Amino acid sequence: MGEFPILSVLTFLPLLGVLFLILIRGSEALSARNAKYTALFVSICNAVLAGVLLCNFDAGTADFQFVEEHVWFPAFGLTYKLGVDGISLFFVVLSAWLTPVCVLASWTSIKKNVKDYMIAFLVLETLMIGTFLALDLFLFYIFFEAVLIPMFIIIGVWGGQRRVYSAFKFFLYTLLGSVLMLVAMLFIFFEAGSSDIPTLFEHVFNSDIQKWLWLAFFASFAVKMPMFPVHTWLPDAHVEAPTAGSVILAGVLLKMGGYGFLRFSVPMFPDATQYFMPLIFALSVVAIIYTSLIALVQKDMKKLIAYSSVAHMGYVTLGIFALNLQGVQGAIFQMISHGVVSAALFLCVGVVYDRLHTRDIERYGGLVKNMPHYAVVFMIFMLASVGLPGTSGFVGEFLVLIGTYQVSTWVALFAATGLIVGAPYMLWLYRKTVFGPQGNKDAAALKDISWRERVILIPMAAIVIFLGVFPNVILEKTEASAAHLITQYEGKLNAYN
Amino acid sequence: MPIIDDLQHVLPELFLAVMAMALLIYGVFNGNKVTGLALKVAVGVLLLTAAIMFGFAPNALSYSFGNMLVHDSYALFFKALILTGSVGALAISRRYLEYANISRFEYPVLVLLATLGMFIMVSANSMLSLYMGLELQSLSLYILAAIQRDNARSSEAGLKYFVLGALSSGMLLFGISLIYGYTGALDFDSIAVAASGLDKVNGAVVGMVLVLAAMAFKISAAPFHIWAPDVYEGAPTSVTAFFAAVPKIAAFGLLLRLLYEPFGTLAQDWGQIIYAVSALSMIIGSFAALTQNNIKRLLAFSSIGHVGFALLALCTGLAIGLSATVAYLVIYMIMTLGVFAVILCLNADGKMITNIDDMAGLAKTSPVLSYVLAILMFSMAGIPPMAGFFAKLYVFQAAIEGGAIYLAIIGVLCSVVSAYYYLRIIKVMFFDEGDIKLKQDFGLGRPIVMTLSSVFVLLYIISPEFLLTLVRHSIAPLILYG
Repeated sequence: MGEFPILSVLTFLPLLGVLFLILIRGSEALSARNAKYTALFVSICNAVLAGVLLCNFDAGTADFQFVEEHVWFPAFGLTYKLGVDGISLFFVVLSAWLTPVCVLASWTSIKKNVKDYMIAFLVLETLMIGTFLALDLFLFYIFFEAVLIPMFIIIGVWGGQRRVYSAFKFFLYTLLGSVLMLVAMLFIFFEAGSSDIPTLFEHVFNSDIQKWLWLAFFASFAVKMPMFPVHTWLPDAHVEAPTAGSVILAGVLLKMGGYGFLRFSVPMFPDATQYFMPLIFALSVVAIIYTSLIALVQKDMKKLIAYSSVAHMGYVTLGIFALNLQGVQGAIFQMISHGVVSAALFLCVGVVYDRLHTRDIERYGGLVKNMPHYAVVFMIFMLASVGLPGTSGFVGEFLVLIGTYQVSTWVALFAATGLIVGAPYMLWLYRKTVFGPQGNKDAAALKDISWRERVILIPMAAIVIFLGVFPNVILEKTEASAAHLITQYEGKLNAYN
Repeated sequence: MPIIDDLQHVLPELFLAVMAMALLIYGVFNGNKVTGLALKVAVGVLLLTAAIMFGFAPNALSYSFGNMLVHDSYALFFKALILTGSVGALAISRRYLEYANISRFEYPVLVLLATLGMFIMVSANSMLSLYMGLELQSLSLYILAAIQRDNARSSEAGLKYFVLGALSSGMLLFGISLIYGYTGALDFDSIAVAASGLDKVNGAVVGMVLVLAAMAFKISAAPFHIWAPDVYEGAPTSVTAFFAAVPKIAAFGLLLRLLYEPFGTLAQDWGQIIYAVSALSMIIGSFAALTQNNIKRLLAFSSIGHVGFALLALCTGLAIGLSATVAYLVIYMIMTLGVFAVILCLNADGKMITNIDDMAGLAKTSPVLSYVLAILMFSMAGIPPMAGFFAKLYVFQAAIEGGAIYLAIIGVLCSVVSAYYYLRIIKVMFFDEGDIKLKQDFGLGRPIVMTLSSVFVLLYIISPEFLLTLVRHSIAPLILYG
């Protein structure tokens, strides 16, 4: 690739698309049409570029690759530094691949202000990719927090009935978490004299300070993740967001929390990580079991999937803080898998919501008769969410459980129980909507998935099965970095003197 | 001839004073029908003043009128800021003056005189010139607040401002007399020398506290902020814009010089005061604004909060704090001018919108205006990547570097609370349904100001270094003392 700044292009290409979108003029219908095609074109270009990145990634090293570094704000120690390693690689790819999906998913369901909507999504793509690529504390923070702006607008303008409440809850919750992280970052910068992330990996903090810093970062990532008990913004945000908003939220934004733990908390504050490990385990297990039980009694399809996301994220935190190769690998895999599966589940809800404009589970029934194709893809995603072997959902959870078992049998036992309570609500949702009697005439008359919806859903189903059968595609690329993370952690443990 | 030398130093001030007088005489002979022209002339005068100021700027630090005034890069920088603010405030006010039926020729004259007063304030090197500049500025502002004299609220605002302002002037004078009594000096350098030899508890320290209280009044920092919401609300909106953006900057310029020059050796003492004032201002600014419905009142509380943030960096008494505060002020001023440029455009069916809820659906009917306001609101809330985020970053960093970590935590928490009401404005414009039709003749001044402001806020991220370097260069003379 030579000197081609692929990461910068990947990050800022959507922003270039935004410039074009702003210039679009004409009548409402015309500008909406042009905006859709422009956004689709730009996001597909970016997705291809992400594919190129994936192919050129060298799995043999744990170092940051394709690093770009430019002096940006020397008075503050701020550099513009991007780089990718095995931990961030797949999140970048996920962001880039889900954006065209979102554009397509909104093709007909978004009717007002289409241009602004597409602008918001492309801005969001830039910020998401930037978050995963940033190798400077403050650069990371800028991307991380700026994500709130487009998401706030997406929920607030194109959302459902209680969109205002949800948008505010989402924004303020996340902001509260992240400002504390900002204070911690400023303190790190003051203490270590650098905001360069690879340099900070070498720095060892006093273990008391570590605890405070860890807690500040935890405040931010736990909200983003979201972990019990700060997960309550998620169901609201999911329910009110438009379908594509939920897709991005579940697919990518939640992963920023897990990514943050892997990138900052574990390698920078190993003593505190070890100290707080029981806390994380407790919260994760509670999240897995408690939110699974809550999901059982939901009447709203999106809310049910939202609660299941919290449970799935519980496995991620378990895996990360098990701090062994299986755990970390499993956590990364689980995040990627969840990114695809939950995104697809929200798309499936969107498919029927677009037709009947309700998410009430009771209103549906017997969809298998009039929507057979839909029933098949929905089943694949549903089973992946439950964690059926052969789908991607199984691999992550299995690895996490192996990793957890090595640390604590009890935690693994409870987490494995979670697997059981995690199954009924998805099966129940599926039985209610797809099988069962056709109670309502309008629901019985729904048309099967369209050509556009097939283009979105079938490749995702293929990915889910493919990853379930060949998990090594991901695992071999993340292995070096995950192993490096463990060495870093163990090497720095109790290193302060 | 020493007097010629002195006059050369104050050439910009001289020009400003002469032109203000000339404009006044011209207005007296021609009446209110020349207000439009007078406004344009005033803008021209301010721009020419800037040209003179930079053209004849002394190369090195110099004093004039027997150490009464100092001419350094710090004063120059603040004068440039004041001029920018005044030009911006004048540029956005013409249509509004016509609408509000206060198209008086005194308006631009008073703005010029206030600007002159602010020039003297930031150049002051003695308690006497300080007081002179401050009063010239304040008296002009009292009249400006009450310029809509057939409106009860405006008169009330002017009177309230005057009475409380007089009180603060009294405190200031009392403080100055105490300082004079205990140190025997009025000019800053001698006070600094005398203060360094003080044993700690002393009348001069009491004097300093009184002076700081008076300055806190001028920058509307809590607990001396009570006047601000009423005056902001009652004064005509274009005057409010001027109040929010410019005099505050000048008063800050003066305050910073006071803190770092005459009181430089007392940093231990004033650090605590600033700490408390900053914390109170941030808390009051963020919580009290939550329930405001009037956008001008809301901005009054928001400006109290911003003052708190600007002071946050100072409580440490370090040089980095000084540059952070000044950078914060620059960004604050530019954002404020942009916000008021938008607010002055909110003329629906011949009636100005002052209630936030009445802005419902603005995004549909005036998308550009709404986007500009939304960008500025995100910036004021300190959300990256807007300029407001960097402003907050500077002050928080300064506070943490100085060890004031608890104050920084109070600060970030307050910024979350304040984010709520900034978001509320965005919510009303974008999320709520409504159909307000704005009068579409925006003129030239307001679009230019709001464009410049929002472009600055958006593109600041490209080179955050630029402003900070400029600020660091300009505050160098103050650091020499500190």
